[in-house]
Amino acid sequence: MATTTRHETTIELDERVPLVRITREFDAPVSKVYRAHTDPDLIAQWLGPRGLETTIDQWDCRTGGSYRFVQRDDEGEYAFRGCFHELRPDELIVQTFTFEGMPDGVALEKLTFEDLGGGRTRLVTTSLVDSFEDRDAFVASGMEVGVREGYERLDELLAR
Amino acid sequence: MGEALRRSDHDEERLSKVFAALADPTRRDIVARLTTGDHTVNELAEPYDVTVQAVSKHVKVLEDAGLVRRSREAQRRPVHLEAEVFDLMTKWIERYRRQVEERYRRLDALLDEMPDDPGDGDAAPRDTANTP
Repeated sequence: MATTTRHETTIELDERVPLVRITREFDAPVSKVYRAHTDPDLIAQWLGPRGLETTIDQWDCRTGGSYRFVQRDDEGEYAFRGCFHELRPDELIVQTFTFEGMPDGVALEKLTFEDLGGGRTRLVTTSLVDSFEDRDAFVASGMEVGVREGYERLDELLAR
Repeated sequence: MGEALRRSDHDEERLSKVFAALADPTRRDIVARLTTGDHTVNELAEPYDVTVQAVSKHVKVLEDAGLVRRSREAQRRPVHLEAEVFDLMTKWIERYRRQVEERYRRLDALLDEMPDDPGDGDAAPRDTANTP
């Protein structure tokens, strides 16, 4: 199965509610994509950014369960945790997501797995937070590594 | 972890200003309207059910955040959008997108290696046939 076509991620920032919508298709059946999101050994292999080591600390993947994982680099470690609110195999994951460095901020995440047929799957992830400010900051902080040059440019701009 | 964060505390503050300015729906709307061209505060105030003073305050917040500027010399003092800031924000979103894309490419690779579920029909690992 020499499928070389890969799919680009699309990101939408909702205008009406502080929500980020991420859409991506995979050349794999929905059960596999779902498993890669629920099996801790598998998720540790792809979740973290490159250069960060991801350790799954706790993973109780069932409705009402919770999780915690830690990412480490030379500068320190970053811990994240949340609760599995609803799990429906091959269909849906509803969970919360918190960066422990900002414990008051909680994102409500909804992962919808759609079987496209022919062994393909569309995954739509929405993250809802409680203010546009937090949503935008979340998008900006997603770029831990490359963001510094962006900040520098912003500094120059704001200094004028 | 404080190390990395502390270094960018100042940057965070600047950034927070921009995000705070854009967190208000009226200000977001004002910014959207300025993308089509400069407008005076009076023009900007027209569609809203608020006073010109209130809109003027919104413009001031946007100005303090570096999102718009008002020319000093012109009598009408039209409000001008600082497109560069928005280019920057578009870049942030694009960077975020690329980061997510990178993560999903790792997932692509993993999915290729994973054996199929028994329920998927053929139990043989289909995708690993050609890989060493």
